[in-house]
Amino acid sequence: MSGFSDPYNLMVCGVGGQGNILISRMIGRILVDKGFRVTIGETFGAAQRGGSVFSSMRISRKRYYGPLVPKGKASLVLSLEPLETLRLLAEYGNQDVLTITNTHPIQPVGVLARRLDYPEQDRLNAAIMELSRRAWFVDVTEMALSLGAPIVANIILLGCLLGAGVLPIEPGDVEKEMRETFPPNKLELNIKALKAGIEAV
Amino acid sequence: MSGIVGYNQEQKVSKFLLGNEAIVRGALEAGVDYAAGYPGTPSSEIIERLAAEASERRVYVEWSTNEKVASEGCGAAATAGLASLAAMKNAGLSVALDFLTHFSLTGLGEQGGSMVVVVCDDPDAHSSGDETDSRWLARFAYAPLLEPTSVQEARDLTRYAFQLSRENKRCVMLRSYTRLSHASSIVDLGPLPALIAKQAHSDSSACLTPYLARGKHAQTLERLESIRGQFEESGFNSYRGPESPELLVVCSGSAYQCALEAVELLDLQERVGVLKIVTLWPFPHQLALKHLAQAGKVLALEEVDPFLENLLKEALNDAGLTDKQVLGKGSGHVPLFGEMTPDRALEALAAVFGLSYQPRAAHYSQAADRCVQELLISRGLTWCPGCPHRASFWALDRAIKAEGTDVYVTGDIGCYTLDVFPEGKCQMNLLHAMGSGLGLASGLGQLGPKNYDQPVISICGDSTFFHSSVPALINAIYNRSNLIHIVLDNDATAMTGFQAHPGVGYNALGQPTTKIDLESLCRSLGAQVEVADPFDLRGTAKTMRKLLQMKQGVRVLILRRPCELVRMKRQKNKPFRMEVDQSKCKGQECAICYSAFRCPALMVEAEGGKASIRDDACPGCGVCASICPFKAIVREEVA
Repeated sequence: MSGFSDPYNLMVCGVGGQGNILISRMIGRILVDKGFRVTIGETFGAAQRGGSVFSSMRISRKRYYGPLVPKGKASLVLSLEPLETLRLLAEYGNQDVLTITNTHPIQPVGVLARRLDYPEQDRLNAAIMELSRRAWFVDVTEMALSLGAPIVANIILLGCLLGAGVLPIEPGDVEKEMRETFPPNKLELNIKALKAGIEAV
Repeated sequence: MSGIVGYNQEQKVSKFLLGNEAIVRGALEAGVDYAAGYPGTPSSEIIERLAAEASERRVYVEWSTNEKVASEGCGAAATAGLASLAAMKNAGLSVALDFLTHFSLTGLGEQGGSMVVVVCDDPDAHSSGDETDSRWLARFAYAPLLEPTSVQEARDLTRYAFQLSRENKRCVMLRSYTRLSHASSIVDLGPLPALIAKQAHSDSSACLTPYLARGKHAQTLERLESIRGQFEESGFNSYRGPESPELLVVCSGSAYQCALEAVELLDLQERVGVLKIVTLWPFPHQLALKHLAQAGKVLALEEVDPFLENLLKEALNDAGLTDKQVLGKGSGHVPLFGEMTPDRALEALAAVFGLSYQPRAAHYSQAADRCVQELLISRGLTWCPGCPHRASFWALDRAIKAEGTDVYVTGDIGCYTLDVFPEGKCQMNLLHAMGSGLGLASGLGQLGPKNYDQPVISICGDSTFFHSSVPALINAIYNRSNLIHIVLDNDATAMTGFQAHPGVGYNALGQPTTKIDLESLCRSLGAQVEVADPFDLRGTAKTMRKLLQMKQGVRVLILRRPCELVRMKRQKNKPFRMEVDQSKCKGQECAICYSAFRCPALMVEAEGGKASIRDDACPGCGVCASICPFKAIVREEVA
């Protein structure tokens, strides 16, 4: 936990419907239980329809911050889609930022419409690396599909965050949170997804 | 989500809540008896969460057909001596205003009732057609106005709003905004009141009408003066900073947190004072003047319009202190549009002090700019995979082309609004407020004698239809207008989170109720009515052509198919397993499925531009199989 700046600005991004809100609220509740003051800002509504979405978490020992992160002040970007990592870094990145990215691309509708070209994956990853102090890449979508449940990609990514060891959160904390808030029949799958994520990093 | 907001205080005294949940908690602590609203981002969770607590906390909760009816219901409950809450987004307040301006003149009567209107603005119009600042309307409707600056204050002020309303027999307005309604944080809770059986009374103390308005107007103004007195002393307003700051920043709402952060980042704690005003109107001008007198310069920070800024200027002017300038939107230190951000606060403060602020190293910014230039592409909004609207607009496009006629399409407010975005079908020519599509079409349909010969089509959703299209439909039929009205009936108020409405057969609590039959309603009014399934692309286009050929009268086409997200909630399984037969797909040469139909569950393969299907996104609706001219998209029924 060296270099834990205060406020610590964790941004969880992706494409509408990928489940960024769920994992940011889980992280938020866990950190609150550990005595941190946490505020989360989220995007709902129209933006969710295939658009870029992110939650911003302001984590502090001192006081409550507003939900919006100032430009250039992200501490960690947890991303469900590589283009979205770059989009956040462009605005909120800095030389100390850490990134954890799901490498599985989701083509914007402009690509389908043949108006835009999705960037080559190697160049995209290189750019993310150039703009991060340290960058982790994992194909959590592929992992989720191999578990037969694309919906748990976000939980695998949360596992990657634990595996990277950049936040004071233990697997036991997440499991406890899951037991309190998830339906019992979904528990086993999600714990499996979490563990897969931890091991992938 | 039941129990999230309304659990017993003995278990825990604080809880991680969404801003809208904090408002709900404040209302429950104040003993709310009656709540009503119409969904609209960012306000929708208020009624949703109240509905989840309704039976345990004995609150009557409804989704109303529109915000005016919601406010009238709440007004009735308050007049009967109960505590009521109406919730809506900024656009909804305009709908409710007709009633609220009247109601403010009479007050709530003598039965000890209270009424709080929670309006959730959407600065930056993240999910709205406009970013109207509702605070002007509080003043317009003579409603005392409170604006919280944090999730905690959302709970505290809602509770206080009920007390203020009850004590003053006046409807009180609480203004929330996107960055509060949709922020989450820890909230310290108070106790919930004991569940006692409350008695509703009929008010016979005075005639509660605004007629003979002059006297009532005068009384209302008198009451507001007394509320201003209370606001001058309110503990919700606070000052932080040196005794005589070089700059006083006066803030409301989200600007408060932004200002504190900007002061911190620029290390101006010794030079800048921050005054937070939460009880915004009637404006506590003595409090403001006391702080203004101590300060060098003054900067107002708020969103969206210069409401607070103008109040400060008024206060200075009334006190004869005309030499003191208030910086802010008028002076160009803050833009006159858009939401407040820490960056805007930083820029304004840096400009006042002549500082240069660099959020990150220059070389990083250069590298980021280069990456953006070379690699970053936009991500446009579009309908979800499996959305019936995509099929409806596809069929409309085919019908129009087959008829070889130019049509003029008026749109409305809902997911189908995505049509106007670059990656929609771009068929809507005119788009305004809830229900306006049909009203506009009714007008255009009268212009034949003025040589307006384009066929007119209006499109709205089921919830919007009940909200405010019905009077326009009656108008069109009564006045013999010529138009086709398409109702995209997807069995939910989909854009805001699938809330119930009069056409779905259940209420806000999920209890079965009368389902208003759309086609019987329209037929009874005298419209020619057709019903089609948008997933039957060919049949839908054929029906549309038939209606276009009729040329005269009001024709209604109901396109019925549940929202795909609603269907997925009801049935876990996909109807079809979809696959692209790569040997049949013509790739770039055709590309009709992804480039024209554009379902986001389709993907372009790098080689030859062949189509494939994203397993993580495809809900298995099967429609793309009917699009493919080469039968390369194969659908297999899931047992």
